[in-house]
Amino acid sequence: MRKLLLAAAVAAAAALTAGPAAAQVEIQWWHSMAGKLGDKVNEIAEKFNASQKDYKVVAVYKGQYDESLTAAIAAYRAGKPPQIVQVFEVGTATMMAAQGAIMPVYKLMAQANEKFDPKAFLPAVTSYYSDTQGNLLSMPFNSSTQVLYINKDAFKKAGLDPEKPPVTWADLMQDADKLKAAGVACAFTTGWQSWVQLESFSAWHNVPFATQQNGFGGLNTRLEFNGPVQVMHIQNLADMAKKGTFTYAGRKDEPTGKFQSGECGMETTSSGSYANIKANAAGKFELGVAPLPYYPSVKGAPQNTIIGGATLWVMTQKDPSVYKGIAKFFTFVSSPEIQLDWHKSTGYVPITLAAYELAKKEGLYKERPGFDTAIVELTQKPPTPNSKGLRLGNFVQIRNVIDEELEAAWGGQKTAKAALDDAVKRGNDLLEKFEKANK
Amino acid sequence: MEKRVRFRSPWLPYALVLPQIAVTLVFFFWPAAETVYYSALLQDAFASKIQFVWFDNFIALFQDPHYLASFKVTALFSTLVAVSGLAVSLLLAVFADRALRGASIYKTLLIWPYAVAPAVAGVLWLFLLSPSIGILTYALRSVGVEWNYYVHGGQALLLICVAAVWKQISYNFLFFLAGLQSIPGSLIEAAAIDGAGPVRRFWTIVFPLLSPTAFFLLVVNIVYAFFDTFAIVDSTTQGGPAQATQILVFKIYQDGVQALDLGGSAAQSVVLMVIVIVLTVVQFRWVERKVQY
Repeated sequence: MRKLLLAAAVAAAAALTAGPAAAQVEIQWWHSMAGKLGDKVNEIAEKFNASQKDYKVVAVYKGQYDESLTAAIAAYRAGKPPQIVQVFEVGTATMMAAQGAIMPVYKLMAQANEKFDPKAFLPAVTSYYSDTQGNLLSMPFNSSTQVLYINKDAFKKAGLDPEKPPVTWADLMQDADKLKAAGVACAFTTGWQSWVQLESFSAWHNVPFATQQNGFGGLNTRLEFNGPVQVMHIQNLADMAKKGTFTYAGRKDEPTGKFQSGECGMETTSSGSYANIKANAAGKFELGVAPLPYYPSVKGAPQNTIIGGATLWVMTQKDPSVYKGIAKFFTFVSSPEIQLDWHKSTGYVPITLAAYELAKKEGLYKERPGFDTAIVELTQKPPTPNSKGLRLGNFVQIRNVIDEELEAAWGGQKTAKAALDDAVKRGNDLLEKFEKANK
Repeated sequence: MEKRVRFRSPWLPYALVLPQIAVTLVFFFWPAAETVYYSALLQDAFASKIQFVWFDNFIALFQDPHYLASFKVTALFSTLVAVSGLAVSLLLAVFADRALRGASIYKTLLIWPYAVAPAVAGVLWLFLLSPSIGILTYALRSVGVEWNYYVHGGQALLLICVAAVWKQISYNFLFFLAGLQSIPGSLIEAAAIDGAGPVRRFWTIVFPLLSPTAFFLLVVNIVYAFFDTFAIVDSTTQGGPAQATQILVFKIYQDGVQALDLGGSAAQSVVLMVIVIVLTVVQFRWVERKVQY
């Protein structure tokens, strides 16, 4: 009797799950957007599901970026990959090298006869995720870049003009001295040190981060961010740390907590933090946003910054009929309305030029001054081989290495030159290993 | 009668332990064997290209000065955790082993931290000692100590040591207390009559009789410091600054799960496995002989 009941229950469950699946093709979308961002992702999926009947996008939060990437790889190895997975920019080379595991977006759109123009996207965004022939491999989704945030109240306290944020690094160092003299315990701090102070810093000053066009040219790329421009900059920051005008507060986003509590005068970090900082600073201090400082002595600076964030990768499917639905979903995600809403509520940049125009037309940047800083930084000049982006294997480990060596420089255990030389040497071992594994 | 016959059948004992063996094989031996196999491979994350490279991963590991540095950090960390954890809990247990008013409340409270998950223990101390919002940070600053474990490696190591020890004290405390209570009162009374003071009684009678317990706890604490402190490191320092708190098990996680270097991280796991085997052998050969349960 019990067996019979069990069999009936199994049959019923199978019927229930099989029923809707036959009518609708399900598209699993694994992502890493927690909290408010996660709600927004669900909203996008729901809107898409409501807009048509053939496909159903199911958004699943799979943990932080590295966790969902690991989960997707494990699922692929077990033969059950999700349809779409959100991968951070650091994982780009890993995904690209996975021949057979991924379906490039340009191919997907062509096969599905979906209208698709890569030129509609911001060039600084597409260049990061295209191969050397200019074919877009993954769908841009959430992209941000680095900006300088200032605490206007702290500026006033130090006798500085809050409407004149520092333009060059020399200005910033002077302002930091004054802030410290006025009793601001943390004059300057930075989030995501490797991304802001080395990766994007190199692009912003049009100097190479790695050979072979920062890795776009081939797997035999090697690091070269120990050039004179980067060494000068890291040494300046190390000197500031020694003087007490640069407070190091962690590798990722921890420094933002310090800044938004009102403790710091200036912070360089992701433009994607805008909404959060603004909300937390409300009632405590007035927030200002400015482009990243630069060294005028370096020829060509400022060039353009590079992006961070993530894109959507399509994983190879046994049943190709689902590709059409994914293509439709991508068209939907990149529509100006969805992009504008995403941009407004998160602080990520709109990924298409049309969405950017729409935002301008709506008067968004008059309403929120400084909100367009990130887009201006990304688009002010056409990207050069030094500023297209980075394509490095084992990049997560390389970032760890850079973090470790920078920490040694901030702590005074190593000079900037020694720290960067060591980081390059250790990073190159990792690149060699990646090259060997992917021959 | 029937029962005896069944027990005589050659397969029954095996059948009875079969579930246990199956669980052990599937959940322990199989993954362990897989790890050993992976440690000899060089593969990309998607397993689309796999090469057999013999011992290349191990050679690379032991040529990497940072892996050797991670060994040193682990040795220092586990020594600090084991020694200070044992010393503090022994002291507490000796105090609790007296017939005091409210002794049971005191004992109960001391056992509580053991119920706290390692990650939570880490976060707790993180909040107390956070460079920007920590209440202890303010106290330290007022006495002139510049506390910022993001920059100072020694402070970061101290932070994870404190969190790890705090979490483990309860466990050690319980064993020490049980050990103390099993020491015959007559021995101590006899010594007291002979004129030995409390300190002398402790060192000449209590401590030697406790040594099997202490040795057992030493092994357990070292294993704890090696493996179970992962969550504490992950929730506080993430191995930084500049590798000051990168213990072996955390490096395996960083290389394997975050960075997807499966071969290198499998090789590290194998090394760790060997260490555990050695520790277990030590425990069985020397501890099991002396401890009387």
